[in-house]
Amino acid sequence: MKCFAIAKKDIVMYYLKGPVVIFGILLPLFLFLAFWIGRNLSLNFLITGLISMTVFFASTSVSPVIAPWEGQMRTLERLLACPISTTTIVFGDVLASITFGIGISLVPLLLALCFGLMFNLIIILGIILAAFCFSCLGLLFSSYPTNLPSTVMMISSMIRFPLIFISGIFIPIQKLPAWGKTISMLSPLTYFTDIARISFGMSPFLPIYIDFIALAGFSVVFLVLSIKLHERALLSRL
Amino acid sequence: MIAIEAEGLRKRFGNVEALKGVSFRVKRGEIFGFLGPNGAGKTTTVRILTGILKPDSGKARINGYDIIEETLKAKQSIGVLPEVSNAYPDLTAWQNIMLIASLYGMRRREAETRANELLKEFGIHERKDAKVRGFSKGMKQRLMLCMALISDPEIIFLDEPTSGLDVQSARMIREKVLEIANERKTVFLTSHNMDEVNLLCDRVAIINKGKIVTVDTPERLKSRVGGNVAIEVSFGGKAELNLENVERFGDKHVIYTTNPYKTICEVVDFARKSGVEIVSINTRTPTLEDAFLKLLEMER
Ligand SMILES: Nc1ncnc2c1ncn2[C@@H]1O[C@H](COP(=O)(O)OP(=O)(O)OP(=O)(O)O)[C@@H](O)[C@H]1O
Ligand SMILES: [Mg+2]
Repeated sequence: MKCFAIAKKDIVMYYLKGPVVIFGILLPLFLFLAFWIGRNLSLNFLITGLISMTVFFASTSVSPVIAPWEGQMRTLERLLACPISTTTIVFGDVLASITFGIGISLVPLLLALCFGLMFNLIIILGIILAAFCFSCLGLLFSSYPTNLPSTVMMISSMIRFPLIFISGIFIPIQKLPAWGKTISMLSPLTYFTDIARISFGMSPFLPIYIDFIALAGFSVVFLVLSIKLHERALLSRL
Repeated sequence: MIAIEAEGLRKRFGNVEALKGVSFRVKRGEIFGFLGPNGAGKTTTVRILTGILKPDSGKARINGYDIIEETLKAKQSIGVLPEVSNAYPDLTAWQNIMLIASLYGMRRREAETRANELLKEFGIHERKDAKVRGFSKGMKQRLMLCMALISDPEIIFLDEPTSGLDVQSARMIREKVLEIANERKTVFLTSHNMDEVNLLCDRVAIINKGKIVTVDTPERLKSRVGGNVAIEVSFGGKAELNLENVERFGDKHVIYTTNPYKTICEVVDFARKSGVEIVSINTRTPTLEDAFLKLLEMER
């Protein structure tokens, strides 16, 4: 219950800001347009790629910087003095990030409806799980013990941007060589992209249940790891 | 009966030994002052007692709960005003208080009633729906105090609550501290302000370099300086006054005595003999600051 209070604070304090919302929608869109121009791709392929990137970027946009911000703004000690555990704080931050990730991903989904594309509703389940998984990843970034948001931003960008290139967003994984396929399996985004493509009636890379299991597995690992690391990092932020 | 119990608390940060075995007890309903120079270990002690930091060794019980074994239960019964800490600037005063209320697991109705009361008492009720970003320093500190008190805690930790505030805000906070203590609540107060400690506290611990120097009532501390009258003299030239119970502060000598007449004669004799002029001389009662400085002097 207490993690809802944390999540509510995060949303008002960090997410409901004009630039944050607009950037969350525009960044994937621009990236996508940049890759689309001059290439002959199907609308289904485009939209599913856009959905993947939007969920991914939105869920990892703000979550990494909350902890360093709170250290720097000196709101953290007040929070730590309350009768709550680190796990509650991490859960709250994850919850806020999921809410934002799902909310923003409605934009490309509505776009798909506007284009008259049909899709299986399983994608909703996929978006929820993916938002959870990527939010946990975002919190893993923020467990780096620093109070400088810019440092965490740099670390997260160094990991996020390469990931979108190995996750089958711009080039279908089926077209990659064997080593490319192996690398792509390391990215959680690969599995969500596959779920999105399957939901829009395209050929699967993996069976959809494997995609779900893989996303869930990544989520658990990220979550457990970030709780452990945050427990250590929080005190160094005071 | 014991609200706070610290036993042999030790804490080291890298090479710095911040606490070297700190022990003391605070009785229920007491206002307990924690006095010490910069870097003495006051904030570190407060952080350990409020469950934010773990000590390297030693034990602490808050309201009967072990702060390490039963951290959440111990935290549930305390309110905290950290030394340097801010409310969320983009939340309103009301949202900030409600956040803390939720984190203490309070019921909504109860929290709202109490928040309204506190905001009124602290004179920020009409600004409750404004973002904290625009608050003055004094208003922020009053809000932080509302946040510390929202859960109606048995024990309240205040780490330098009035430092950097104007006279009016500081006085308001001091008055509140006295009110809180009248409700049989325990207050743990760290401060640099001797007058504040003297005015508010039932007992005072003096800490220096991570060790407790002494724990006593302000009155008894003052009487420990060696007399009930302090005589302040400044000479119009270099002078080494050699009397009992004399302290030097800058160009001033302070002599503590129980016999002011005799001491003044001695001072005048001294001035005559060594040919220096007396620029000023006055008598006053010893302050807590005198006691504090004297005790730290003896430590050295
Ligand atoms: N997180 C930390 N990392 C490293 N050293 C620390 C840390 N916290 C405190 N210290 C050191 O421990 C010692 C005690 O610090 P503490 O903050 O407890 O003093 P204080 O009595 O509150 O001082 P002040 O009156 O300035 O607030 C100091 O030497 C300080 O430099
Ligand atoms: Mg301090």
